[in-house]
Amino acid sequence: MTPNSRHPNARHAPPRTADAQQTGATTKISTGGAMTLNAATASTGKVVKKPSFVEPDLDSRKSLPVPRPARRRRRADRWSGVVWVAPALVMYAVFVLYPLGQSVQFSFYEWDGIGPATPAGLDNWKAIFTEPELFGSVIHAFVLILFYTVLPVSIGLVAASLIRELRVGPFNTAARVVLFIPQVLPPVAAGIAWTWMFSTDGLVNQSLRAVGLESFTRAWLGDFTFALPAVGIIGFWLSLGFCTVLLLSGIGKIDPSLYEAARLDGAGRVGEFFAVTLPGLRQEIAVCATITTIAALASFDVVQIATQGGPGYQTMVPGVEIYRLTFLEQQVGQASALAVFLAALVLLVIWPIQRIGRHE
Amino acid sequence: MSAASSTLVDRISRVAILMALMMFAVIPLLSMFTAALAPQNSTPPGLAWPADPQWHNFVDAWTAANFLTLFQSSVLIVLGVVPAAVAMATAAGYGLAQLAVPGGRLINAILLVGLTLPFEALITPLYYNLRDMGLLGSRWAVILPLIGLLMPFGVFWMRASFLKAETALTEAAKLDGASAWQIFRRIQLPLAVPALSALTILFFLATWNQYLLPLVLIDDPSMRTVAGGLGAFQGEHGTNIALLCAGSLLIIAPSLAVFLILQRHFVKALLQGAVK
Repeated sequence: MTPNSRHPNARHAPPRTADAQQTGATTKISTGGAMTLNAATASTGKVVKKPSFVEPDLDSRKSLPVPRPARRRRRADRWSGVVWVAPALVMYAVFVLYPLGQSVQFSFYEWDGIGPATPAGLDNWKAIFTEPELFGSVIHAFVLILFYTVLPVSIGLVAASLIRELRVGPFNTAARVVLFIPQVLPPVAAGIAWTWMFSTDGLVNQSLRAVGLESFTRAWLGDFTFALPAVGIIGFWLSLGFCTVLLLSGIGKIDPSLYEAARLDGAGRVGEFFAVTLPGLRQEIAVCATITTIAALASFDVVQIATQGGPGYQTMVPGVEIYRLTFLEQQVGQASALAVFLAALVLLVIWPIQRIGRHE
Repeated sequence: MSAASSTLVDRISRVAILMALMMFAVIPLLSMFTAALAPQNSTPPGLAWPADPQWHNFVDAWTAANFLTLFQSSVLIVLGVVPAAVAMATAAGYGLAQLAVPGGRLINAILLVGLTLPFEALITPLYYNLRDMGLLGSRWAVILPLIGLLMPFGVFWMRASFLKAETALTEAAKLDGASAWQIFRRIQLPLAVPALSALTILFFLATWNQYLLPLVLIDDPSMRTVAGGLGAFQGEHGTNIALLCAGSLLIIAPSLAVFLILQRHFVKALLQGAVK
């Protein structure tokens, strides 16, 4: 958004502005649930005011109010700022903070949602680690990170470094748009499309038959061994295009002279990748990893549509388990403990990824 | 660009890789499309143009999915969420960035908590609270919590934009005695338009594609978002592959159309959303 970030070489432009530093020290986040809302930049540090290179909007300068004597007291000014923040804070407090507190509270009770709640101590929390069904869902969420995050980022990196950049042109514009389609559709639609792809008569089995691998065909989402990887592939499909385009836009910002220098030093394609591309993409990699990891740990839509956690509990993930416990089994306390655990888990896993992105 | 990347082999491999990635992105949709044209209640092949395309399936699915109602319902929910959420996030972002609100750092920290919070972590208490408020089953049950849930992202997004904004002009206006509102309206808001429109697109996507909240908080599928209705449609017509595929395509068509028309803005918003 700054004039700098539009400049292709902004990242390596010598006098780094306060803003560029700021970007390095930001926190990338994403709201949970669907991958639709992708991430934000949360600046936690102080911003050093810098002279802006933006030519100020002349119209707004012209239409500035007629000067008035500054009489307002500083303190009153500060408190009037509360009015600006209040609506957002009220909505956030009522619909996020308060329920979050309730989740914590519920987690120490046994409650069916109707009758009186009885204190349960740490039972619900212990159950997360001792009940195979609950602990399994947490393990599955981590397995999904492999498909939602590790594979798309790795393959996206290789693809992006081979493609190097999306130049301006109709084909490249089309490529960018098409690669983004999975990211824009409701994840529910992705779930339905892939349920069809993985079905007995779907394209996956049709392709296997076409190449003579008839014996490998199966109802993938109903298979005890392959259901979880199959769900993972749906997540892989959701993440891959987005990660590739994001990494490509990052590669475009790497100073070409760094590649020339690496070439002169005798680096081959692989050497170049590790010496220039990978370090240059640190921030983009961290962003991709953060967004997709949250999507993996907090997955709900795709799993609920494709398998609802089955067969058995083979694809059960915390999100679906929370839903099931609350609304089908009336175990509100247990659901709440898992919910709070999931929220904490996301923070715990995201934190180290953020550090990778910040360090330069 | 290094010289090597402009060789013919490189160019061909670039196009080939891109084509492969594009193919992978659209193939599930193509497979749905050919299946949607197969006779109803048949078992179509995964991907093959049907001998006798049944275009009528789309008409049947239109009726079966209650498409018009669902679309209207989604629009109502989007209209309830997006303008309000964007306005609140903008005001709060401005307050935190420019007005030195007392306790600003604490407010930031509190909002940070909500940034990575999975919606599932709140859905249980939200259900009981909205029931007690008497809102369960109405569109407000989705609109109000969604505004709250979008706040951390939106406020940080707008705050980051206002932090980077022009300061010299603001200082000058302050010396001239302009009020916070005047500075906001005349100087800061016009400069924040790009951030604002990107946020609008992201909030639109988050609302339009929202599945969990409508599923849990609104019983009647015809009052949900398109995504919520799609889930119910799958439950009803799961065995009729042709109808299910036709209905799903119909339901995703409007958002796909909006995306293709505004693609430049969408791609920019999503990329900015990631790295700013």
